[in-house]
Amino acid sequence: MAGADRNAAGAMSTDDFIKGLWRENPVFVQVLGMCPVLAVSNSAVNALAMGLATTFVLVLSNTLVSALRQFIPRQVRIATFILIIATFVTVVDYLIQAISLELHRALGAFISLIVVNCLILGRAEAFASKNTVARSVLDGLGMGAGFTLGLLCLGGAREILGNGSLFGLALFPAAYQPWIVMILPSGGFFTLALWLLLFNHLKLRRQMRESPGNSPVQEATP
Amino acid sequence: MNNDSLWTIFLNASLVNNFVLAYFLGICPFLGVSGKLATATRMGGAVCFVMLVSSVCAYGIHRLLVAIDAPYLQLISYIVVIASTVQLVEMFIKKMSPALFRALGIFLPLITTNCAILGLALFQTNKGYDLLQSIVYALGAGGGFTLALVLMAGIREKLELATVPDMVQGTALTLMIAGILSLAFMGFAGVGA
Repeated sequence: MAGADRNAAGAMSTDDFIKGLWRENPVFVQVLGMCPVLAVSNSAVNALAMGLATTFVLVLSNTLVSALRQFIPRQVRIATFILIIATFVTVVDYLIQAISLELHRALGAFISLIVVNCLILGRAEAFASKNTVARSVLDGLGMGAGFTLGLLCLGGAREILGNGSLFGLALFPAAYQPWIVMILPSGGFFTLALWLLLFNHLKLRRQMRESPGNSPVQEATP
Repeated sequence: MNNDSLWTIFLNASLVNNFVLAYFLGICPFLGVSGKLATATRMGGAVCFVMLVSSVCAYGIHRLLVAIDAPYLQLISYIVVIASTVQLVEMFIKKMSPALFRALGIFLPLITTNCAILGLALFQTNKGYDLLQSIVYALGAGGGFTLALVLMAGIREKLELATVPDMVQGTALTLMIAGILSLAFMGFAGVGA
């Protein structure tokens, strides 16, 4: 794609931002950083807060990794990246605690666990350590936005079905019988599975349209 | 301090609040390495070992950080300990069994970013477990992780022989099975309470 050609020139492009939203969406296409996605998506508010916190860490760690990329020896790069990420996560942890203690309690240990979100380490290794600061920031913003979008899709669906509300506002009349299972852990697995089914379906249909003669090959994610 | 009995802690960590199926920790290896039963068992063993060592270290670090009054260093020091333990296990496995080393592949270094291990260290600190309780908690969590991984690998090996619609293949199918397993594990709620 266009992004690859421009790597050498180091030019910025909106593609750095857009690709995280759709083509390389972290949740639905790359299936990265699943633990927080499943764990805190039981309501839309939690999902949004988690998405924003992750975006914050992602952008800042991408910036610092990219700025220091000439000084970090290759052998210890992963350890360095993790230390940089852990620093920013500590910052975000105290920040959320200062803003809203209630939210901090709802998200629990999962704020600290942003450190081990494979998405952040993955972007540091795959993108920020090879590209300029400006492009890395854009990449972080795009990936973060895509991650937040994915979390919201999941959190929204689970809250609507499991609680009959969205962002705490009741959507259905009182007679609505909530699907409790959607808020429970198993609901997280089911909802994500259904979203992935939808994406697989869209992908298969596009393949069918592009080559009507061939039956769809088994191209689903491994 | 926490007065839970050791047996309660073990049951709680392994079955009632299974790390994978109830807390959603360690989903990446759960989806990635659960293709073959033999690999899954050994991966479980490696994770158990790292959990045990990092749990003991985390307990020591926590005491030290409390003593020097620097709680903000908690996260950073935990992750460094875990990363070094994983490095140790990696060298050990590479030396002892190159075949297993190849089978585990990228997922071996990725134990570092396995949230189950950092989660374990953070939870035991939050719950205020003493050394013995921490060790039992680590054993329970590791056992629960291995159990979930092995169950999943067993089911997936059987599924190899079944015909599955194109659309459902891959991660979506695995996630659905995980959902059903998670429902089944909810049956343990209340055990050992």
